[in-house]
Amino acid sequence: MSTVITRVKQRQIAQLIAKGKRLDGRGLTDYREIKVEQGIIERAEGSARVCLGKTEVMVGTKIEVGEPFSDTPDEGVLTVNAELVPLASPTFEPGPPDENSIELARIVDRGIRESKAIDVGKLCIEPGKKVFVIFVDVYVLNHDGNLIDASALAAIAALLNTKMPKYEVEEDKIKIKPGYTQIPIRRHPVTVTFAKINEKLVVDPWLDEEQVMDARLSVAFDDEGNICAVQKGGSGYFTQKQVLEAVAIGREKANEIRKKLGW
Amino acid sequence: MSQKTEKLIDKKGLRLDGRKPDELRPIKIGVGVLSNADGSAYIEQGKNKILAAVYGPRELHPKHMALPDRTVLRCRYHMAPFSVQERKSPAPSRREIELSKVIREALEPSIFLEYYPRTAIDVFIEVLQADGGTRCASITAASLALADAGIPMRDLVVACAAGKVDDTIVLDLMDEEDKIGTADVPVALMPNLNVITLLQMDGILTPEEFEKAVNLAIEGCKKIYTMQKEALRAKYVAVKEVEE
Repeated sequence: MSTVITRVKQRQIAQLIAKGKRLDGRGLTDYREIKVEQGIIERAEGSARVCLGKTEVMVGTKIEVGEPFSDTPDEGVLTVNAELVPLASPTFEPGPPDENSIELARIVDRGIRESKAIDVGKLCIEPGKKVFVIFVDVYVLNHDGNLIDASALAAIAALLNTKMPKYEVEEDKIKIKPGYTQIPIRRHPVTVTFAKINEKLVVDPWLDEEQVMDARLSVAFDDEGNICAVQKGGSGYFTQKQVLEAVAIGREKANEIRKKLGW
Repeated sequence: MSQKTEKLIDKKGLRLDGRKPDELRPIKIGVGVLSNADGSAYIEQGKNKILAAVYGPRELHPKHMALPDRTVLRCRYHMAPFSVQERKSPAPSRREIELSKVIREALEPSIFLEYYPRTAIDVFIEVLQADGGTRCASITAASLALADAGIPMRDLVVACAAGKVDDTIVLDLMDEEDKIGTADVPVALMPNLNVITLLQMDGILTPEEFEKAVNLAIEGCKKIYTMQKEALRAKYVAVKEVEE
């Protein structure tokens, strides 16, 4: 996922960060402007668009009736998929999901699953036979860095907006009734991603910073400030101190975002 | 991770297999176990049985993927269909693709990639039997295979997981603990440089518990590191004795 960036710019970014500044004028722990819109796709059961500066991600959810997994017969199923569609960046190509989109989908999935954001027990129709399956499809529309945080936010925003059909079970048959109910969302996990550049951590890296960074660390927090998912990426390393620093800053940032969005 | 169904730690504070919370499973490591590969290693950690092989530096195909200033490290983590309880399809799953990526990124910082421009180094990992913590054992073995292949490295990479089961922070989770425990924190370490090259987590931990788990995992890594060194010595010192 790399485009060309000049050495001059690389050096400029790194030198500014060493002084505690960033090329786009932000402080090291500032997010870009976050915009969240919900319910933008009528055909989807739930949807949201999140803009993080120029990064733009859309998430649509669909609900189907399907079979539960054999080890969790009385729980609904959550499936997260991510598409890095070619219109979003000159570096994205059409084709089956590559490792980057699979990793993105799995990080978003882990944040929702491990925080137990969805009360999957309430998505069961008939234990062992029929449950609701929620498909969360992440669609990246414009890539300007930090797809992880934007996608994770968009996924929760879309889930909060998702409606589930009302139903009745009559002699092994599911009858869909008119009207909808909200799907049971209990928590609002927020993922905060850091880039390490010149041994300093910056929050919410934009594309140029991602090109320069040594490594990436994403930490997801639930509403109580517990950590529910972590992922290191990139071919660099972190010291123990940097990891703990990221956890402390991330926790605050996640709370700020949740407060701002009224979650 | 799903809810608890049984006790994972008994009244004496011992785990299902009788280990103390900060105790590793028995580990066996072999280096240079495959004759065709440029470097190879085998690890048994609990019931995990994992082979790692390194080919390269060698010519890279397709050629347009080659980089002018460094070698391309490629990594494939793969599980045998018979390695788990229910047969796993041999086609790479999304989990295996993600793990291949994070394992590659855990090994990359240790290698002087710039020494071999326009080439590829291939790391192949086959999980023959899985018992929880396969990504960590894979990294430990793969790093040894790289060393066995004579690839210049800054440090070895060693990995170990810690986690939380029944409200206790424990080291080196086995399959049952991984499945029904509350959290799992795999960590890879370059022990001499003392830096972390892989860090993941799933489950729920407070920041304090997370710190404790990372510290415990690092302690585990350091213990495995001494075994890694012994395994390398066992191969190369033995060869030297034959020559004399």
